[in-house]
Amino acid sequence: MLELVLIAFAKCVFLFLAFLLGGAAILSWVERKMSAVIQDRIGPNRAAVFGFTAFGLFHPIADGIKMLFKEDFVPARADKILFFFAPVLSFVPPLLAFMAIPFGPPVAGREWLMVSDSQMGLLFLLAVASIGVYGHTLAGWSSDNKFSLMGALRTSSQLFSYEVGLTLSLLGVFMVYGTIMPQAIIGGQSELMWGWLPRWGIVTQPLGFILFMLASIAETKRAPFDLPEADSELVAGYSTEYSSMRFAMFFLSEFVGILLVSAFGAVLFLGGWNIPFLAGDAWWVVLLQVGAFLAKVGALVYLQMLVRWTVPRMRFDQVIDFGWKYLIPFGLLNLLATAVVLAVWR
Amino acid sequence: MVAKVKKVGLPPLNVAESLYVTELVRGLITTNRHFWRNWFRRKDTATLEYPDKRRPYSARWRGLHRLMLRENGTPRCVACMMCSTHCPAGCITIVAREHPDPAIEKVPASFEIDLLKCIFCGFCEEACPCDAIRVDSGVHAPPVYGRDEAIIDLEDLLSRGSQSTAKQGGRNL
Repeated sequence: MLELVLIAFAKCVFLFLAFLLGGAAILSWVERKMSAVIQDRIGPNRAAVFGFTAFGLFHPIADGIKMLFKEDFVPARADKILFFFAPVLSFVPPLLAFMAIPFGPPVAGREWLMVSDSQMGLLFLLAVASIGVYGHTLAGWSSDNKFSLMGALRTSSQLFSYEVGLTLSLLGVFMVYGTIMPQAIIGGQSELMWGWLPRWGIVTQPLGFILFMLASIAETKRAPFDLPEADSELVAGYSTEYSSMRFAMFFLSEFVGILLVSAFGAVLFLGGWNIPFLAGDAWWVVLLQVGAFLAKVGALVYLQMLVRWTVPRMRFDQVIDFGWKYLIPFGLLNLLATAVVLAVWR
Repeated sequence: MVAKVKKVGLPPLNVAESLYVTELVRGLITTNRHFWRNWFRRKDTATLEYPDKRRPYSARWRGLHRLMLRENGTPRCVACMMCSTHCPAGCITIVAREHPDPAIEKVPASFEIDLLKCIFCGFCEEACPCDAIRVDSGVHAPPVYGRDEAIIDLEDLLSRGSQSTAKQGGRNL
């Protein structure tokens, strides 16, 4: 029993501290640097430790220290309890959802590289990740600020709309591989079609992948779907009244959200830790496979960032229109086509 | 009278454009190209990292004044007051005294320029008959805490001085 608890604890420390917090901090640098480079600027490169700048990689640390020392401001008429809990409620669910993501294959017959191999599988991830919207909504509600409230209302309506599209885009994958367990889905994707083509989700469900990417960008509330924060209209949306580390928690939850949907997409559509034509349980194979998983997550993060700095923001009615009139019908169509193909195939 | 309004219509979208998908992909290709071009070589980046790297000024750029020197190190200036007379801003104040050498009539006892008044037009340089005052030092007027500090004196002007190649009248000292 104690052994199990210790192992789970070690996994959580590695996952939450090393991967998620480190990853989210680096993503804040990636976002700033990538936007700069895309726009022909140079980007952050000033924060230095002993004259050593490391391409500006110390900026996230400087940002974190600055956030910690800022005044923690609470509006006079804010609902103190909800105001306090809202950032936590938006920060914890994406962290929790990572429990269902496998970082590598089972080693020596046990799931060392995955926090929890529960029977709920990816349904757990979907269920927990959607709790995050309460954090954002309560943040806007408790701030006693009209911009915050508008942001909160937009967040809830946008996220509820796209939750449907997101789930519909995943159902096709679940049908093709006949399971909701992440390791089993990756196992199904490790097979080859016609002896040469990896049976990855992006090959069997191309439309599903596109729908998933669209819905996941909307779920992470980033351009072209960043209406909840809409800088030019709503100041900063639901986080307008937040400062200091509470604001940093919203900030980090956004980046953890990006990591989450990227990892989720990598597991479902890019074969997870699978490297085609490479199998075995030697230590270097496992290491390569973990590296492959991280590279796939990185590629999806790159794609999301590229979209975010390419496409201008949509109007809010267009966002909702797109969600209900295009994403969901196409999701249903994809589901129908998958069902027909599967029925004919077998 | 009502102003005439010219309405400029948008060109109609063709089928591929109205789907937005192709245009979205074109946009992604553009940003992707810029990213990779700038990531390794900064090919399109025009930024100059100012305090570390400075854009060189033209040789004709007019900066802080200086007074040129004779071969024996004394100032070339003969306190003729040409520059202070020409100065449109009236920023040059010269007090003259006799030069120990009888061949040279005068020498400045004090030569002060108020940098807050100076407009860096360079007329003083053009008015000077002896090639004594010049504005080619290439140095910016320094920031100061008080108005007094913005007045530069003879010593400061000579500290930037150097020998001129021009020949001076008299015994060519």
